[in-house]
Amino acid sequence: MYDIIVIGGGPAGLAAAIEAKKQGIEKILLLERDEELGGILQQCIHNGFGLHVFKEELTGPEYAQRFMNTFHDLNIAYALNTMVMEITPEKEVHIVNDQGYQILKAKAIILAMGCRERTRGAIAIPGKRPSGILTAGTAQRYLNIEGYMVGKEVMILGSGDIGLIMARRMTLEGAHVKGVCELMPHSNGLTRNIVQCLDDFDIPLQLSTTIVDILGEERLTGVVTAQVDEHYNIIKGTEKEISCDTLLLSIGLIPENELSKKAEILLDSKTKGPIVNEQLQTSQEGIFACGNVVHVHDLVDYVTEEAENAGRAAAHYLKDIKKSKKPIEIKPETGVVYTVPQHLDYISDQVKILFRVNSVFKHHQIVIKSDDQILKTIKKNHMAPGEMMHIYLKREELEACESKLSISIGEL
Amino acid sequence: MYDVAVIGGGVIGTSIARELSKYRLKCVLIEKTNDVANGTSKANSAIVHAGYDAPYNTLKGQYNKLGSDLYEQLCLDLDVHYKRVGSFVLAFEDEDYKVLNLLKDNGEKLGIKGLSIVDRTFILSKEPNITPEVIGGLYAPSAAITDPFGLTVAMMENAMDNGVDLMMNFPVNEINREKEYYNILSGDNRIQAKYIVNAAGVYADEILKMVDSESTFKIRPRRGQYYLLDKSADGLVNSVIFQCPGKKGKGVVVAPTVDGNVLIGPTSEDLEDKNGIETTKVGLDDVKVSASKAIENIPFYENITTFAGLRAESNLDDFLIGPYHETFYNVAGIKSPGLSAAPAIAEKVSKDIAEYFKAERNLHYNPKRSYVKAFMSMTLEEKNNMIEENPMYGNVICRCEQITEGEIVESIHRNCGGRTVNGIKRRIRPGAGRCQGGFCMPKVIEILSRELNIPQEEIVKENQGSYILTGRTKAGATCTTL
Repeated sequence: MYDIIVIGGGPAGLAAAIEAKKQGIEKILLLERDEELGGILQQCIHNGFGLHVFKEELTGPEYAQRFMNTFHDLNIAYALNTMVMEITPEKEVHIVNDQGYQILKAKAIILAMGCRERTRGAIAIPGKRPSGILTAGTAQRYLNIEGYMVGKEVMILGSGDIGLIMARRMTLEGAHVKGVCELMPHSNGLTRNIVQCLDDFDIPLQLSTTIVDILGEERLTGVVTAQVDEHYNIIKGTEKEISCDTLLLSIGLIPENELSKKAEILLDSKTKGPIVNEQLQTSQEGIFACGNVVHVHDLVDYVTEEAENAGRAAAHYLKDIKKSKKPIEIKPETGVVYTVPQHLDYISDQVKILFRVNSVFKHHQIVIKSDDQILKTIKKNHMAPGEMMHIYLKREELEACESKLSISIGEL
Repeated sequence: MYDVAVIGGGVIGTSIARELSKYRLKCVLIEKTNDVANGTSKANSAIVHAGYDAPYNTLKGQYNKLGSDLYEQLCLDLDVHYKRVGSFVLAFEDEDYKVLNLLKDNGEKLGIKGLSIVDRTFILSKEPNITPEVIGGLYAPSAAITDPFGLTVAMMENAMDNGVDLMMNFPVNEINREKEYYNILSGDNRIQAKYIVNAAGVYADEILKMVDSESTFKIRPRRGQYYLLDKSADGLVNSVIFQCPGKKGKGVVVAPTVDGNVLIGPTSEDLEDKNGIETTKVGLDDVKVSASKAIENIPFYENITTFAGLRAESNLDDFLIGPYHETFYNVAGIKSPGLSAAPAIAEKVSKDIAEYFKAERNLHYNPKRSYVKAFMSMTLEEKNNMIEENPMYGNVICRCEQITEGEIVESIHRNCGGRTVNGIKRRIRPGAGRCQGGFCMPKVIEILSRELNIPQEEIVKENQGSYILTGRTKAGATCTTL
């Protein structure tokens, strides 16, 4: 019987395991399906990681290595090349590796499986089905881990950060990146990536543009782009054929919760991750979740912060530290897509609530209501779907709340 | 010199090859591409129809019924998925009952058992997601679903186990008739056979033209576009749901698949282009609208892929089955319900050919083939024994479908084994899940490269030319790899 089993050895799993160990939990086991720890960070060889956590700019592998070093210093047990096939509500963890198929038991579980990329099928791009169409992350793995190139003339659909990073990466490897199409009238990537990955390499970003046809019998020979109106309908007559042998898709990430479903954990239809409280505890007592398996984060630094909270919460759960209970529901209202946590269970000195907005807002305010009364408003010059927002609530504000908080975006 | 050359590696050609292997005949199956099940057989509704639809006095109707009767045993013999889930044809207006009664009468003339006109309550009790506007329907308990590419591969594998040769990458471009045999040419390559079976799918008219320049037989492919929903949509329907053909068209099918996905389609578009397997926005939107008439709130956001296939519609109403002359046999224009009819057609064709050759029975013929056992379907003890015996069974390659390296390797090293990324996907399912190969494709390519001893750059997704990698990166080029 383990105290805690952590599922996933990426940044979330590592930070959660480290924090739990620091809190005095001894019997921890971390399970990783890949042949090394570090998760997707190992293929993110660009820099820009760690500005918040370490106050310096690191590459993905460097950022991962710092946590791996601490993890090893703390002598936390782990298993590589080990796939978790199932988790039960009774906290049994079914694993398989070359030693066999085993069923492990734990007092607490921390889910840190990360996310996966949306594919062509998710948006049903019509056309032929040639080779040369890859998600940006798969292409990134080929280039940075396997050492293979995936094409010469490249179009990218979606301005998510991985797509932007891959535009630069493919260019540096000698490919011609012809452009990035984005369905929305604004980019979904970080501003710094637009500048450093597209502008600096003269790669055009076409907003309100999508791909409406795929050409090529065997290998991709081209795509047809078209502009869309404000309702995302294709504007006839704007179709343009662009020859290319590669199409990279950077059209969003989805938390990977197949295991959570088997454990009968309730999921949020908006985040596609588990519904959690301020302890990052899911609807199953003793099962916690953190990182991109809960909701997709903008920066790994924020994943680390969330994972440390989950590790600490799991440790407190095991140590049975008493807290004063107070269920409060948090509702996303006008302009807000979702919040994490989705509800609060206990009163603490301060709670941080993350949320995403549904479109670009300039000179608006965040409106926080407590039991339908405005609690406070916070002015913001700029809010966008690609940038996670947050608010803090203090102990006295939580104590004053009856049962319901809401967050919305309002005009000034 | 072969006795018989079967041209075409679809479900029809491979079924015939397997049936022919029951006799002491030297046979070869010739396939244009690099895999079997690479045309219509990989892109269809995967339904074994009960058989009430095609008129009782046609080959379509008769072979559908006969084929449907053979399927369950066949799939048992070949270790292929088969599920008798039943089907409904839904009625929404009183007028539809006329059609339902005609279908029922037709089916009964063919001897199909269990057909019944059922009421709304019965349908909704079995299929709670069907729109409440339904007023009744025709229920056919014998309708089933299967795995069309798994079946085609199994047919070929079993045929090869019983002595049939497989010649792939052999697009036939000329057939010359000599006195005693044919020269079948593909560029500079040649196969000689005394007898030809034309099972070339949408290209059967072109093959026929090679021996009869006067032939007026013509295939005009009819495209069908589909959505395939993730397993999370499993349970949306429990049986195959048709809509009553009427003024508003035929309507699309919503069906479960043997793997737990939901298949929705097809459109019905007449084309000239035999390569026209692209999906279109108009077509896919039509599927959505049509399916939504039968089922409420279909989770199209759970779509994992869309695809299109071509039915071999010909200028004849019926299948074209029979000798063109004494040593050339057409099995052509096998449109829907071709998959359902395939086993019965194959029996008939092989009997005719065996009779021509006065061939004896192949006493070594073994109708059984057992497939790679799915690791996840094993008991705990079996799993551990398997891993102990072969640690590759402890390496899960496809996380969505939970497929191990051991299963992939085994699917490569057998008769008619997988050679391409999609070939492996169709045999054993890595990449068929929700991530569509995003995570496992690099590993599948690596395994194929290692097992077949060819460079990763030469591994293709589908047909020749569908390469995935274009070379090494700057850093990759300096690494020494196998």
